[in-house]
Amino acid sequence: MSDQINTAAQPLLQLRQINKNFPGVKALQQAQLSLYAGEVHALLGENGAGKSTLVKVMTGVLQKDGGELLLGSKALSFATPKDAQQVGISTVYQEVNLLPNLSVAHNLFLGSEPKRFGLIDKKAMAHQARQLLSTFGLDINVTAPLSEFSVAVQQLVAIARGVAPKRGAACTKVLVLDEPTASLDADEVQTLFQVLRQLKQQGVAIVFITHFLDQVYQISDRITVMRNGCFVGEYHTASLNKAELIAAMLGKELCQQRHQTPCLVVEQSESILTARQLSSGQSVQQLDLDLPAGQAVGLAGLLGSGRTEICRLLFGLDQADGGTLSFAGKAIKLSNPAQAIALGIALCPEDRKTQGMIAALSIRENISLALQAKQGWWRVLSKKKQQQLADFYIEKLQIATPDAEKPIGQLSGGNQQKVILARWLAVEPQLLLLDEPTRGIDIGAHAEILQLIRQLCQQGMSLLVTSSELEELTAFSSKIVVMRDRKKVAELSGEDLNSDRIMAAIAGASV
Amino acid sequence: MTSEATVLNSTPEQLKAARQARYSPGQSAHQFSLYLYPLLALALLLLVNLLLDPQFFSLQWQDGRLYGPLIDIVNRSAPVALLAIGMSLVIATGGIDLSVGAVMAICGAVCANLLLLGDWSIPAVIGLAVLTGLACGLVNGLMVSYLGIQPIVATLVLMVAGRGVAQLLNQGQIVTFQNPDFAALGSGSFLGLPVPVWLVLLALLIMQLLLRRTALGLFIEAVGCNAKASRYLGIDDRGIKLTVYLLAGGCAALAGIIATADIQGSDANNAGLWLELDAILAVVIGGAALTGGRFSLPRAVIGVLIIQALSTTIVVSGLPAKFNLLIKALVILLVLMLQSELFRHQLKSLFSFGKLRGGKV
Repeated sequence: MSDQINTAAQPLLQLRQINKNFPGVKALQQAQLSLYAGEVHALLGENGAGKSTLVKVMTGVLQKDGGELLLGSKALSFATPKDAQQVGISTVYQEVNLLPNLSVAHNLFLGSEPKRFGLIDKKAMAHQARQLLSTFGLDINVTAPLSEFSVAVQQLVAIARGVAPKRGAACTKVLVLDEPTASLDADEVQTLFQVLRQLKQQGVAIVFITHFLDQVYQISDRITVMRNGCFVGEYHTASLNKAELIAAMLGKELCQQRHQTPCLVVEQSESILTARQLSSGQSVQQLDLDLPAGQAVGLAGLLGSGRTEICRLLFGLDQADGGTLSFAGKAIKLSNPAQAIALGIALCPEDRKTQGMIAALSIRENISLALQAKQGWWRVLSKKKQQQLADFYIEKLQIATPDAEKPIGQLSGGNQQKVILARWLAVEPQLLLLDEPTRGIDIGAHAEILQLIRQLCQQGMSLLVTSSELEELTAFSSKIVVMRDRKKVAELSGEDLNSDRIMAAIAGASV
Repeated sequence: MTSEATVLNSTPEQLKAARQARYSPGQSAHQFSLYLYPLLALALLLLVNLLLDPQFFSLQWQDGRLYGPLIDIVNRSAPVALLAIGMSLVIATGGIDLSVGAVMAICGAVCANLLLLGDWSIPAVIGLAVLTGLACGLVNGLMVSYLGIQPIVATLVLMVAGRGVAQLLNQGQIVTFQNPDFAALGSGSFLGLPVPVWLVLLALLIMQLLLRRTALGLFIEAVGCNAKASRYLGIDDRGIKLTVYLLAGGCAALAGIIATADIQGSDANNAGLWLELDAILAVVIGGAALTGGRFSLPRAVIGVLIIQALSTTIVVSGLPAKFNLLIKALVILLVLMLQSELFRHQLKSLFSFGKLRGGKV
């Protein structure tokens, strides 16, 4: 399916085998991207795929740990964003970062204002601003403060600023747009696209990052897909249909896991958790969900489809405003995580860094905290008990550490995830919610965590697992719930449980 | 610290062996280095004092109690030490309490006015003063944890308003009283040591037991490191934040009682003035990060002793009083720099660079 591109012309900018590590996370592994002059190149992938990191390396915000960056045939290395700007690589970030209190013209030339006798020449600046904006088909009062204009206009001004000639720098050759359409309505998107087409004709290479796949098909010429910090493939937009694109984004790997049987195929297993018409504001709508006891249920869907929101709702982080929820046969209402934990529900959250680990505390403390919180602050776990708990799980989950006193922040991503898992296993929950348990961890730890999920349901624990990797879900789930646009669109089990069916359900009628 | 590479290249068996080989020594070595620099700074200051005044370490036994410069330092440290104990906890949650000096003034005013009325027993006076301090802490805590106001702003409100409340209680006067029993809390002695010193030791002991013999201390550190993750863990992060402001208010009340008993009066304008800053400084000298996380009450108290020893040194040195503040600032800057790992590293590389050059020449 991956028709690799063989273009005769030399790429304008090439990133080859870029590596970037953060403490505990391999953000980029052998990532690559090549841009040709006069193309719109969509850079796609799920959250955490490494798109932003790659862009930051390309624009000098971050320094690469390995690999090379070629402009034409010259190898470059950027120490600061300014170095990248000097050679003509500009970026417009997701949030418009302009100064709303200054005039449009001033925003456009901030830092490189036309001067006369050492003072800013306002007349010349306004004139140049008008000229620049007219090339975008934008005729506005450039002396009015930026805040008076719509977000779309502000976004266009930001782009204009990105391509405006800067003193002492080469003219813009590469323009990076990170989610430029997130805050625009349909008409505004079209205006933006017109501008992009114009820039394209001028020979600018445009990197377009977005979550809106329809827009990818409207504007882009080629697509690069990333997953888990790795390069997946480079495609011509015209010859890649939407289902294939989703397949590339969500992955077709881990084939060795594929033929293993799902956990425990009990035909009529009792439900541990039942939701009927459960809703929470805009984030989850009228959800019917049955989680059978002692089985792993997969939760699939694209980013923003409502997967994480379901986990939050079932763990008491968000409150339901409609429908009913019952757990172990009893109707329940959750208003905070402590209640959920007391009932026997645990959540291993999506974002390990901000929601999971407490970086400065030791492995021992991180493992014992949830159990301690469940017992209450006055019934303390002795240090010896904590030590035993930590040693038990370090052994059981094969956490690679010399001792339990090491701060969790110093471990690798996979080992951090194991510590967070150990924390919840120590509470011995009846239902364990795992939100993206394998994101951003190395392949070895990945396989171990899948193995653990299988083991846990054999021991009678019920699991709800969210993942962007469909092959992974099919490897252990007895049932897969597919979400789209915050609604449940399918429930697959038995024969239907394979990644093609899931993908069809995710893509829905729009394929 | 074991490097990442060695960990990754070791087999599980090797790691297990390594774990068993070094059970707790690793941690105690770490603990030791945390205490090393504050203690070193304190020892250095005392040594300077000894050089300036050979009698500095001498102790005399008079009228059933010890006298001497060292006792003086410890005794004078008492109010700030109490504030620093409370402040440690607030800072551990990533907050700050600017109001403790004003709370001292309010509680002092409560004591003085009740004693002036005459028909209150001393335990009742102490009890009411502590309740007042707790109420102040409650106000701070509610503003920070339930109204979501930035700690520095929330406590700034009481820092300003609190002194006003104290002035109202005293009706703009300095309220003095004659009560030898109450005055003993500030200037009396017990088993040879001043009463304020005993009060600090008692508070330290009770707080250590409360924090370390329960999981409260761990929860405070967890909330300070990552409040969001703590909530995901089932820890009531708001409740924890409220608790630390309550405890800080209680500690400030005790400090206020000592200060009032010491001068047998309540001066709403000056009681506890700027002491919150000394308390914050002491906590920082003790090695805590203002961003929250780990805390240690004993280290904060060492920080207080350093500040007090420094003040004494300046007096003993005979320098004109006008130099006091500047010298204090410079020495404290030095102590803080010594604690910074980055600075120590730079210092080290500077010296090794010097050696290298020296060797070549």
